[in-house]
Amino acid sequence: MNTVIIPVSRRGFLKGLVSAGAFVLGARVLPLEALAAAQASTAPWEPSVYLALEPDGRVLIIAHRSEMGTGIRTVLPTIVADELDADWDRVEIVQALGDKKYGSQNTDGSCSIRDFYVAMREAGATARLMLERAAAAQWNVPASECRVQLHTVGHQASGRSAEFGALVTAASALPMPAKEELRFKQPSEYRYIGKNVPIIDLEDLCNGRGTFGMDAVVPGMVYATIERPPVLGATLKSHQDAAALKVAGVEQTVVLETTGYPVGMKMLGGVAVIARDTWSAIRGRQALKVEWDLGPHASYDTAAFKKTLIATARQPGRVARSGGDVDAALASATRRHEATYYTPPLSHAPMEPPVAVASVKDGKAEVWAPTQNPQAVQSVVAAALGITETDVICHVTLLGGGFGRKSFPDYCAEAAVLSQKIGKPVKVVWTREDDIRHDFYHGECAMHMQGGLDAQGKPVAWLQRSVFPPIGSIFNVEEQYGGGQLNMGWTDVPFAISNFRAENGPSEAHVRIGWLRAVANVHHAFGVQSFIDELAHLAGRDPIEYWLETLGASRKLDAELKAQGYELRGLSGQPQFVPDTARLRRVVELVRDRSGWATRKTAPGHGWGFAAHRSFFSYIATVVEVRVDDDGTVHIPRVDMAVDCGLIINPDRVIAQFEGAATFGAGVAMVSALSAQGGRIREGNFHNYQVPRIHQAPLRTHVHIVETTEPPAGVGEPGVPPVAPAICNAIFAATGKRVRELPVGKVT
Amino acid sequence: MAYTLTVNGRTTTVEVPADMPLLWVLRDVLELRGTKYGCGISACGACTVHLNGRAVRACQTKVSAADGASIMTIEGLSPDGTHPLQQAWQDVDVPQCGYCQAGQIMSAAALLAQTPKPTDEDIDRAMNGNLCRCATYLRIRQAIHKAAAMTATTTVQQAAANRPGQDQE
Ligand code: FES
Ligand code: FES
Repeated sequence: MNTVIIPVSRRGFLKGLVSAGAFVLGARVLPLEALAAAQASTAPWEPSVYLALEPDGRVLIIAHRSEMGTGIRTVLPTIVADELDADWDRVEIVQALGDKKYGSQNTDGSCSIRDFYVAMREAGATARLMLERAAAAQWNVPASECRVQLHTVGHQASGRSAEFGALVTAASALPMPAKEELRFKQPSEYRYIGKNVPIIDLEDLCNGRGTFGMDAVVPGMVYATIERPPVLGATLKSHQDAAALKVAGVEQTVVLETTGYPVGMKMLGGVAVIARDTWSAIRGRQALKVEWDLGPHASYDTAAFKKTLIATARQPGRVARSGGDVDAALASATRRHEATYYTPPLSHAPMEPPVAVASVKDGKAEVWAPTQNPQAVQSVVAAALGITETDVICHVTLLGGGFGRKSFPDYCAEAAVLSQKIGKPVKVVWTREDDIRHDFYHGECAMHMQGGLDAQGKPVAWLQRSVFPPIGSIFNVEEQYGGGQLNMGWTDVPFAISNFRAENGPSEAHVRIGWLRAVANVHHAFGVQSFIDELAHLAGRDPIEYWLETLGASRKLDAELKAQGYELRGLSGQPQFVPDTARLRRVVELVRDRSGWATRKTAPGHGWGFAAHRSFFSYIATVVEVRVDDDGTVHIPRVDMAVDCGLIINPDRVIAQFEGAATFGAGVAMVSALSAQGGRIREGNFHNYQVPRIHQAPLRTHVHIVETTEPPAGVGEPGVPPVAPAICNAIFAATGKRVRELPVGKVT
Repeated sequence: MAYTLTVNGRTTTVEVPADMPLLWVLRDVLELRGTKYGCGISACGACTVHLNGRAVRACQTKVSAADGASIMTIEGLSPDGTHPLQQAWQDVDVPQCGYCQAGQIMSAAALLAQTPKPTDEDIDRAMNGNLCRCATYLRIRQAIHKAAAMTATTTVQQAAANRPGQDQE
């Protein structure tokens, strides 16, 4: 078995984290000798929920966020270790269970560092101060003269020093210092922040040893696959399982109630086949005969729905932001231009499909899952079982990608309900077809844009309407408007155009809608950044020059937006995160200069495109070079991205996220699309739902990072939105063909 | 049915249906879970293993077709994770989520065995069946070149060491 059973339950810290039969993720599993030593010594000390120090000198740091490839399980702990000035080699990282005491664990919205940078530093600084005080008391010297350096407290005058381990017992008896007493390191003192500390799972991931959800096993476990309603809201009419039960290895079938509206994060229901291994469960399911009452969403057809969305986008919608008099300015403009854009539905398709193991016994549930949101696992599983949240233990494995899909714990509820029904631990395995046909989709979007230019070609009027099935529809079936998704690259367009109106039209939803990496920013950036490029060409101007002119003077956007009826809410309303056009300008100039925009070659079939977009409080500008073959095949020899995402903890992992985003965005632009007919998603696997392969990825991606002391902002998502419009603008430069609908496939 | 497989040098007999793909035999029966499921239809490469030295997709290789064969999985690529590819992969920090990486490395290992100094085009051809949704492709390409260079150096050194009568040079 790959799982490592930790046979201890030590007081405090590890209790609650490591329950009987639990496993610890593959990397840095406590060696048995270390465990024995720890058991023999006195108890560990927990100066913070994120941190424990052991008398043997080990420092244990809690990773309370989920690892899906960003490196967060390493990077947040390096902040604690830095502030504590711990020796990284003596740090062990323990993956947290779902537990509200950590604050939000929902690893979504590119917010792990942004929301926990301060908490991590406080944890480290608190422990450091208490260690210094413990040493001072022992040596009878002023605490202010004691200093931590690399896992040791020292007193220079007397030449005394003591390792952390030796001070743990004394430090744990001290009162917790107040926040005002904490001293934080100066940037010049950082040991790990700003350095490329390799991820702790690196070796395991190269040796096949990382434990993903798909790899979790518990004793006595059986395997399940589920035939789910093929259309949203379909109900089970009848099923025959005789042939399925004859398949070798199949043990039984179980009907799971379909859960009705609103679908929320609940499981979909269906007919489960339980077997002794994955293959038997898959084979058994193929032998099931299931009939469904399809219900009203069987009308969903993407071709017809697209027409509806576009027609809606051409009608006046609900005004989300309005400044000046757009209609009058359009009427009096020297030149007018309009365009309609469409982007298709998308699936997350993480390489590891959803999967979960659950064991339900005596009114308590234990779940092992690749989840972005272990606390949501607790609440959704508790609701499905009719127990309380605190009776659900959620272990977080490594995630084989998430991209937003794995913050919806429907698959965990399936495993838990099955386990409750059959009295055994159950692993629910989603096939790739299940994943693509039962996702929480990134909905399609139609955008209609109108612009008016004055005699000099300057934009004086701008009207934009977007229409898409909103995420809100999964929680409220009546919801047809975009809500929070409008804050994503739509109402916060930074251009200084005196007559500006952003609208949103209504749309029904016929599938579950969810959030996919960068969410509505993906299509909104495509519409806005394509249209400004169209206007630049219409005006006969260099696209970047024109873009910067339209951006206008350097300013913070809060007052302007407020005057136009749009209030920045939540985090974006905080002064440190208010949109700042000076930062946007800086990345645009940086990418222009570093990419060699001014001296770009203009060979036939070659073109360069530009786009910039702020999302998740980070500012990204992108220049893309494309080469289009005679047969319309598009190659992407080079992508440049300039990035201002505030303070950076681990530059290499940031670069990796933007390299990944360049290709993810290239997939959105070039190949990825879903279609539906009769309410069913037609694609089912990677042969017909395409995601970019190595030869379709940009050949080179250069990431240029702005060094700044601004607070840390988002990294995982904001690279995606500007990529597709930059590619399409480059295609226009190369071929004169304007892309208004994704994916491009080939340029024809 | 009983089938005899030699996996990473160890010979075992498994009692499974003839049509069970090697992928699930490895994962669920032999508990070697480094080989991953990603699509089940030969479209993603996550399940890549070597069958008698050739890279195959374990999800499309029936156990009956592997009877008597010698199979290598990521767990057997090197005893201690020090295959040049595994080292290069770490040197350039390839993995993001890491789920696809066992398959990537096994495909790359088969490529290097055939083509010790691959070009970018060779790499694209050999690796385009391996998806990485995190899109670590740039670094995969870089790591393969690096491993190829490392292997070349090692081979030259070994050749020099093995050459008789030249110890003193
Ligand atoms: S699982 Fe075998 S190729 Fe995808
Ligand atoms: S590293 Fe995540 S799929 Fe490749």
